[in-house]
Amino acid sequence: MSAKSGNLFIDSLKDAAIGGLIALALFSVLIGMKAEVASGLGGQLGIEYRWGAVAIAVAVVFAGRLLLNLFVWKAGTPVTQTAGRLIPSTQTLAPLAKYAMPVFLVLAVILPFLLMSAYGSRGSRQYLDLAILVTTYVMLGWGLNIVVGLAGLLDLGYVAFYAVGAYSYALLAEYFGFSFWICLPLAGILAAFWGIILGFPVLRLRGDYLAIVTLAFGEIIRIVLLNWYDFTGGPDGISGIPRPSFFGIEFNRGEGGFADTFGLEYSSIHRIIFLYYVILAMALITNFVTMRLRKLPVGRAWEALREDEIACRSLGINTTNTKLTAFALGAMFGGFAGSFFATRQGFISPESFTFIESAVILAIVVLGGLGSQIGVVIAAVVMIGGFEFFRGLEEYRMLVFGLLMVIIMVWKPRGLISTRTPSITLSGKKAKGISADLVQEGHG
Amino acid sequence: MEYFLQQLINGVTLGSIYGLIAIGYTMVYGIIGMINFAHGDIFMVGAFIALIFIVTFGITASLPIALLILALIAVLIVSMALTAVWGWTVERIAYRPLRGSFRLAPLITAIGASIALQNFVQISQGARNKPLQPLIPGGFTLTEGGPNGEGFIVQLSYSQILIIVVTTALMIGFTLLISKTSLGRAQRACEQDRKMASLLGINVDRTISLTFVMGAALASVAGLMFLLYYGVIDFYIGFLAGVKAFTAAVLGGIGSLPGAMLGGLLIGLIETFWSGYFSVEYKDVAAFSILAIVLIFMPEGLLGKPEVEKV
Repeated sequence: MSAKSGNLFIDSLKDAAIGGLIALALFSVLIGMKAEVASGLGGQLGIEYRWGAVAIAVAVVFAGRLLLNLFVWKAGTPVTQTAGRLIPSTQTLAPLAKYAMPVFLVLAVILPFLLMSAYGSRGSRQYLDLAILVTTYVMLGWGLNIVVGLAGLLDLGYVAFYAVGAYSYALLAEYFGFSFWICLPLAGILAAFWGIILGFPVLRLRGDYLAIVTLAFGEIIRIVLLNWYDFTGGPDGISGIPRPSFFGIEFNRGEGGFADTFGLEYSSIHRIIFLYYVILAMALITNFVTMRLRKLPVGRAWEALREDEIACRSLGINTTNTKLTAFALGAMFGGFAGSFFATRQGFISPESFTFIESAVILAIVVLGGLGSQIGVVIAAVVMIGGFEFFRGLEEYRMLVFGLLMVIIMVWKPRGLISTRTPSITLSGKKAKGISADLVQEGHG
Repeated sequence: MEYFLQQLINGVTLGSIYGLIAIGYTMVYGIIGMINFAHGDIFMVGAFIALIFIVTFGITASLPIALLILALIAVLIVSMALTAVWGWTVERIAYRPLRGSFRLAPLITAIGASIALQNFVQISQGARNKPLQPLIPGGFTLTEGGPNGEGFIVQLSYSQILIIVVTTALMIGFTLLISKTSLGRAQRACEQDRKMASLLGINVDRTISLTFVMGAALASVAGLMFLLYYGVIDFYIGFLAGVKAFTAAVLGGIGSLPGAMLGGLLIGLIETFWSGYFSVEYKDVAAFSILAIVLIFMPEGLLGKPEVEKV
């Protein structure tokens, strides 16, 4: 026993030392020496040495690897196994999950009043803003979930449809003076239209090619928005986008405003609460439509397509049309969310629609568990909430985000929070959890 | 005509850089069938490492020419080695654990790795542009302009010659490596059938790691060349260069080495001519559109083999 543990320790130490050496090779240059334009050298680059930081980084890698070796990777009974027993498994949590949705729903509906009573109308504003942001991402996640989670098509350019929706509303309002409520359906239709235009040629492609083409499309949209100065305002964006009204009643101070009509004292929080309910309703509609569609033939076809495309074709399902509907519907919800984004911000510019945004939405879907509706909610709350919570560490949060994406995917490729079973299976067979490995390439 | 010639020279130079990066994509795709999304950022890391060494060693244009060349070769070797370690690490951490997992899993980790690398360099090296004084000024003037400023002066700078020569040499060396050495044989064997290769005693994991290492080393050469050519880098160069190099790899036929070089040249030429004759703003749109068009109409690329789907 002692000999074995001695070996274990020496092996772990060796392994950790190798890890430390590699870390030294990795970090010595990029962390240890910073090329910076020095002030005294007339715009020339100078080097700032930071060996202390390198030492810390190497020590962290060494210690981390040593501990992992000793307690997890090489140990007879890994700590994670012991800890895993303390956390109830998915099966025991399943009955809880049934109640999770209604609880979340009730919580979401009464949230503004909870916040108002806790923080007052002034103090609750920032929390409400955050809630609006999170709900927007929930909606985007649900929209993308149709494409990625249900139909199994990896879309890296989802933000393009978000941008189409936002710019549709902003431009229609600017050029024709249309109101939010007229533009909202138009924006969705336009985004869906773009989804079809893009989807028609590319949906024949295999999964990873599809991912790259959608990425390219997202970038094309952004570059066009950035450079078409006369029409879109280029990098300056569009400002002064009109706010939505409450069935024609503006949220103004004074005569005829919302507060005046309902005999309330004027407060700017009314508009925020209203916006919150708008996005909540939109998100819930997205969810409702998705849940219903899953029971329709087209929804069944999506799931079948995700499981096995060749079998689908053999059974006479028109794969192109099926994929196209998923793509267009996902795009439409993206467009709705986009026009909401425009009206909430009052200002949009191409800056808001970068690839990172697509990656964040995709991460919400993937980490939440592909195809799971509640997983998206939890992932959005944790991730966007986390982003806001660590706003002070602006620089580091994207680094951590990238690392987490790698770690979680390696650790739990099926998604961190939950997985979804198919809506329908052959009777008698026990439904297996849908693993992410079923979301894969469409064999074209 | 002179303008055309100048664009041709610039395009070939740019295309050489894209070709070097594209080899990394195409080799990895050939051997494990995944898009190494982080490859563009490995290229960026290579450019940063080269920049740091150039500044640390105090290499400037004022050095005697022989010394300058020696120093640049030293920088090249050191940064190739260090970038290779980065490439190896990314493969080891983000891709190897997912081998045999579903096809999109490594793509998602690759996106994560790409975001992490970009932000790591942004934090450790700062977000500002890093300008470098030209190291190799001067060049040949191919056509003189007229006495009154008419006509167009065509320049072939020494740095362009260097880039084209180094790229050509590396590509020849590389082709020999793949076709003649036992490592190249092992690699081609893994490409054809990984399970069979491992049954025949080839260490598949090691071969795949070496593929990443070689791809990263070539990307770091491209990084140094990019640095010498443009004279300015930042942490974001990897994204665009990566997508364009991937386009090059797809255009040439993914999995095919000569295809990657050809594709790189074509993309470089298209981009330069597009900016030269149409509009600079939309040159990226041109590259992205080509990617989409090629994938839709010619998914096997120019020199690639059509992929056979098996049930």
